[in-house]
Amino acid sequence: MEKRGWDDFDPGVILFSFEKDKKVTDIATTEPENRPYSQSNSFSSDQASGWRVEKPIFKQDLCIDCQFCWIYCPDMSIISRDKKMVGVDYDHCKGCGICVEVCPTNPKSLLMFVEAKEEAEALAEWPEKKKEEK
Amino acid sequence: MAEQKKIKNLKEFSKSVDRFEGSNLLCPGCAHSIIVREVLNATNDDLVLSAATGCLEVSTAVYPYTSWDASWIHIGFENATTAVAGAEAMYKALKRKGRLLQPDRPPKFVAFAGDGATYDIGFQWLSGTFERGHDVMHVTLDNEVYANTGGQSSSSTPIGSSTTTAPAGRVSYGEKRVKKDMMSIMAAHGAPYVAQVAPNKWKDMIKKIQHGFAVEGPVYINAMSACTTEWRFDVADTIAVSDLATDSLVFPLYEIIDGETWNITYRPKNVIPVRDYLAAQGRFKHLFKPENEYLIDEWQQRIDKEWVRLQRMEENSPR
Ligand code: SF4
Ligand code: SF4
Repeated sequence: MEKRGWDDFDPGVILFSFEKDKKVTDIATTEPENRPYSQSNSFSSDQASGWRVEKPIFKQDLCIDCQFCWIYCPDMSIISRDKKMVGVDYDHCKGCGICVEVCPTNPKSLLMFVEAKEEAEALAEWPEKKKEEK
Repeated sequence: MAEQKKIKNLKEFSKSVDRFEGSNLLCPGCAHSIIVREVLNATNDDLVLSAATGCLEVSTAVYPYTSWDASWIHIGFENATTAVAGAEAMYKALKRKGRLLQPDRPPKFVAFAGDGATYDIGFQWLSGTFERGHDVMHVTLDNEVYANTGGQSSSSTPIGSSTTTAPAGRVSYGEKRVKKDMMSIMAAHGAPYVAQVAPNKWKDMIKKIQHGFAVEGPVYINAMSACTTEWRFDVADTIAVSDLATDSLVFPLYEIIDGETWNITYRPKNVIPVRDYLAAQGRFKHLFKPENEYLIDEWQQRIDKEWVRLQRMEENSPR
C-alpha cells in the first residue's frame, strides 16, 4: 500500500475490510480464500510474521484433529477445513508456541523449530514417542 | 429470537470462519485475541462492534490496516459501551419506522473494553447503558492492569501484584487493594445476564456468550485475559496460566441471571493451591520472599472465603 502522511487524511478515517465494489453478504460462512480482502485489511499484510524467532512445524500423520491448536491460536494461524487441521498460516503466525503447548499427541504433532529450518529436515528429525513417566 | 449457531463440540466449532484477522499487532500469545475469536465465532449473525481505547483497539486498527471483518468503531477510552448502545438505539428507531435495509438480519451489538476502560474510566458510561437497558453485550478483557500504557494499576489489579504505579520493592509489596467485584456490581444493575468466563474453558464460554446473545437487554461478560507481558510469563503458557487461574478458583466461572440467580458453572475436580497460580507469574515473584509469604496465606484465605460466598449465593438463589 502507498504510504501517505497524516495531512493527507480526513479526521475519522474509515477503513474498508473488503474491496468496495465486491459484495460480501455472508462473511461469517465465507472461507478466507473466497473473501475479497482489501489492501487495508490486516489479513493482506504479513507485518507481524517477522516477529517470529521460532515457528511451529506440523506433522500431519500424528495429528488426531482435536482442534485444540485451532481454538487457542491467538492469531488465526491454524488452518482448519472441514474439521481437519490442515497446516499453519505463516503469513500471520507470530510464533508464540501456544499451539505446540496444547497439542495432546505423543509425540506432539506440532513442534517449534528455528525460523530458518527447512520443513523436510524438521520432519526427518521428529522425536520418538515419549514413554509415560512413572 | 433468531436461531443460535449449533456448536456441539470443538470439531464442529472449528468450521467457524473468523471475522477477526491476523497481522494485528497484539503481543504473541495474547489472550485478548483468543477471547475475541471465541465471542465472534459463537454466532454467524451480523455484528456491530466497538472497542474502548486499550490494547485491543490500538493493535487492531493501526493505520492503514483494520483487523475487523465487521462494522467496528472506536471513539474514546470511556465510551465503547455507549457507542454501541447508540447504534442499537438507532437500529430500533429505524426498525420502528420500517426503514431497515435488512429487517430479516438483526445484528448483535458487542462492546469490547479492557479492565481499565470498564472498572475505572468507562464505569459510569457502562452503568448508564445498563440502567437504560440497551440490548448490547459488554465484554471486559480483564487483564487486571493498564497494559497498553505500560502496566499501571487499575481497580481490577489484585493485591500484591507489582505494577508501575505500585511497584514492589524494599518498602512495598506492590498493589495494596483487592480487586473490585465488578460481577456483583453489574448484577446489582438487575441485568438479565452477567457472567465470568475464561478462554481456556471455551465450551463454558460459548454457552454463556450464546445465552447472552439470546436474552433481551444488557449483558455483562467478564473475561479473564492472561497477559504475557504484564503478568510476566512465557508467551507459550497463556493457556497453562489460564488453567491455573480457573483451577485455583482465583477466577471462578459463574453466572448471575436477572441479578438474583447465581450458578457456578465450573467446579474443578482438583482444586490447586493459589500459591501455584501466583508462582507462575513474574508480577507476584516478590511474594515468595520470606517477609511477604504471609500475603500468600492471605490470598488463599480470601479465595476460599469467596468460593464459600459463591456457593452460598448459589444455594440461596430463587429457582
Ligand atoms: S505459534 Fe502461536 S501464532 Fe503461530 S500457529 Fe501456533 S499458536 Fe498460532
Ligand atoms: S492440537 Fe495437535 S493433534 Fe490437535 S489438531 Fe492441532 S496438531 Fe492436531
